[in-house]
Amino acid sequence: MSVDIAVIDYGMGNLRSVSKAIEHVAPAATVAVTSDPAVITAAGRVVFPGQGAARDCMREIDARGLRQAIVDAARSKPFLGICMGMQVLFEHSEEGDTACLGILPGSVQRFPHEAMHDGRGNKLKVPHMGWNNVHQVVPHPLWTGIEEGARFYFVHSYFVQPASPEVIAGFSHYPFPFTCAVASANMFAVQFHPEKSQNAGLTLLGNFVTWNPGASETACDMSGAACA
Amino acid sequence: MLAKRIIPCLDVTNGRVVKGVNFVELKDAGDPVEIARRYNEAGADELTFLDITASSDNRDLILHIIEAVASEVFIPLTVGGGVRAVGDVQRLLNAGADKVSINTSAVTNPQLVKDAADRYGSQCIVVAIDAKRTGDHWEVFTHGGRKATGLDAIEWAKRMESLGAGELLLTSMDRDGTKSGFDLELTRAISEAVDIPIIASGGVGNLQHLVDGVREGRADAVLAASIFHFGEYGIDEAKKYMKQHGIEVRL
Repeated sequence: MSVDIAVIDYGMGNLRSVSKAIEHVAPAATVAVTSDPAVITAAGRVVFPGQGAARDCMREIDARGLRQAIVDAARSKPFLGICMGMQVLFEHSEEGDTACLGILPGSVQRFPHEAMHDGRGNKLKVPHMGWNNVHQVVPHPLWTGIEEGARFYFVHSYFVQPASPEVIAGFSHYPFPFTCAVASANMFAVQFHPEKSQNAGLTLLGNFVTWNPGASETACDMSGAACA
Repeated sequence: MLAKRIIPCLDVTNGRVVKGVNFVELKDAGDPVEIARRYNEAGADELTFLDITASSDNRDLILHIIEAVASEVFIPLTVGGGVRAVGDVQRLLNAGADKVSINTSAVTNPQLVKDAADRYGSQCIVVAIDAKRTGDHWEVFTHGGRKATGLDAIEWAKRMESLGAGELLLTSMDRDGTKSGFDLELTRAISEAVDIPIIASGGVGNLQHLVDGVREGRADAVLAASIFHFGEYGIDEAKKYMKQHGIEVRL
């Protein structure tokens, strides 16, 4: 039996928070935390979380034979990347000089040490950890009901630099503007942790589980619970 | 702009919150899940649970609490107390903790910090440092401040950062429980010595102390227990006060 929502488990970090938050916003949906490519391929929609180092993430993805299933899902059904699950969608990460999935053109780089001060003599810490304002660049179904500039919870030392500015859906400042959300067709990815961002985060996840990008045959509306 | 965080700390023993928590209309003042829910609604940026259970028989109770809290409170949860091995870190993360705080075991076995950070990522490893002024420097203490280690707190903070700690929870043993404010000199010295975020703890008695911790102590987050538990101040009130004093907060 295929599940409504697959949360991809590739051994990088704690996925309990993600699956609990998804279950909270989609109580009628079947949610599977899985490392089985077949389950991911058959799922109605896919969440791709992840924490840790880019090189380890890519190694674990390949060790589990998940690369193709992730690439296919990102191109065919409602797909949400979170944190490292956003970064590895790009071509290359400076972290460990790592070749990534290359689904989106662009790269991932570290907050540069020389830039990390607030202009008032205060050092800015890395990781960028805590609640920061997210500015919405484009209207998108996943931003529905979320105030422009709403705060989300971040914890990361690297950020994405998309080669195509048209995929940028949101940005934040630390201290310079950096991309914290990207959108392309059926794919949405965020640097922050919606599962840890209280009401704003739950709203975004709730939007995701009912999102129908329309362009894809496999996309379906979770609220109708008719994804069998 | 990144907000400075306010983190209430709950001391838990045998599955119950101790030190008393005084919310209006709280049905059960010792229930960690209900208290967590209240703090979440009040705007806490994170929650820290310190497990001070002495008996090993009751140690698993904290796992059930974290599971219950994580099912309905969607902000970062940190758990500390009695973390001795990578397996302890794993159990807490699996129960729903986002970060695990390591204190005494970081001193007795620094490799644990490295192993845990390598395995689960620096973002979920907090090292708690209990420091006390000794002559012209600060010394690290363990076992709830009872045992001197001979380690210099600033050097120790740098070493923990290099081993992979993602954040430091710094408690002044001189100030803890005094309500006379953070040890600002200590907080600032550590905050300037490392690049990772610092949570200041120990000594908060009023809202100005929170402001001082951020402005003078350069803390990235402030942790307090009694001023919130006993209802002297609300989280919301604390944040408004900080904002009035020019500090970026999440309101």
